[in-house]
Amino acid sequence: MSKGVAMRQHLEVRLFLTFFLIGATTFGGGYAMLPIIHREVVLRHRWLEEDEFINVLAVAHSSPGAVAVNSAVFIGCKLRGFRGAMAALLGAVLPSFFVILAIAVFLNHYAEHPAAVAAFAGIRPAIAALIIAAMIKLGKPTLKKPVKLVYILGFLVLSAGFNVHPVVIILLGAASGLLLAYLGDNGEKKGEQM
Amino acid sequence: MIIIELYLSFLKIGAFSIGGGYVMLPLIQLEIIENRAWLTLPEFLNILAIAEMTPGPVAINSATFIGYQAGGFWGAAFATAGVVTPSLVLMVAAATLLSRFYENRWVQACLDGLRPAVLALIASAAIFVAESAVVDVLSATFFATAMALLLLTRIHPVLALLLAATAGIIFYL
Repeated sequence: MSKGVAMRQHLEVRLFLTFFLIGATTFGGGYAMLPIIHREVVLRHRWLEEDEFINVLAVAHSSPGAVAVNSAVFIGCKLRGFRGAMAALLGAVLPSFFVILAIAVFLNHYAEHPAAVAAFAGIRPAIAALIIAAMIKLGKPTLKKPVKLVYILGFLVLSAGFNVHPVVIILLGAASGLLLAYLGDNGEKKGEQM
Repeated sequence: MIIIELYLSFLKIGAFSIGGGYVMLPLIQLEIIENRAWLTLPEFLNILAIAEMTPGPVAINSATFIGYQAGGFWGAAFATAGVVTPSLVLMVAAATLLSRFYENRWVQACLDGLRPAVLALIASAAIFVAESAVVDVLSATFFATAMALLLLTRIHPVLALLLAATAGIIFYL
């Protein structure tokens, strides 16, 4: 399974190109990129084992930043250290950057056009629906537990109702998890997960 | 210097948005629209629509677009660099340390508590968008139709948005 020297020298280039292609072809945000990253990184290039990839996702998901970008950096770093991380990062980010730049330049000229205004009036309600649909899909495992549902509603009231800063919500979430684990330690069975 | 301010603002947004792009929305709302006034709410909603219809993570798309609106090409470059800096630093650290800290049960407990918080923030983003987007019977119909299509069928999100754009042109023009 050892790769040739030439292959290894060009690993940064291949990391860049792979993530560039993923970034350029995946619509619908970072979550839509994950299955494609899986296909390329695990199935096609065999850069990671199946369970390594799941670990990458778990960490990428629970760390700050875009999940797809986090995954790219993590995989690049695992394969090739900091240089690999930079190559994967640039690959994942540059397609979006240039496409959006082009649209930004273009939109500034046409944003006032009646057809554009009408199109966006139609799109905006759909965006709200899209975010809710994404939340339901992402939250499926969590939404199934009634206790977690209560937490979600509580945090939602704080965030949407009382305008509590998102960072405070995140910190409260982490604190609640720690507190529950601590109470669990003192209450029921001890050391179950050790 | 607007370029430095853009970098720092998006660094902050990137550093606190655990759980991906949608979690960034309430942060962008606070930091960019309310505190900095670099963007109006309708402009921001247009950007969201574009970010959904173009390839790549929503977070990157939003940063690039807002950066460009506020500071031209270099604004876009610095805002995008800001939003990915936390990813770069933290993921390089995590890749090096993963096996040691991920199995720790207190880390797991943290993550367990974070998940509902993250979902609430996403729901909050949806409410924020809906408040200004769903304003009359017609837009409420658009919302309900899109919701039904997205949840009940396997329609691609980009297709749903293109349909919404077409419907907008038919009904509003």
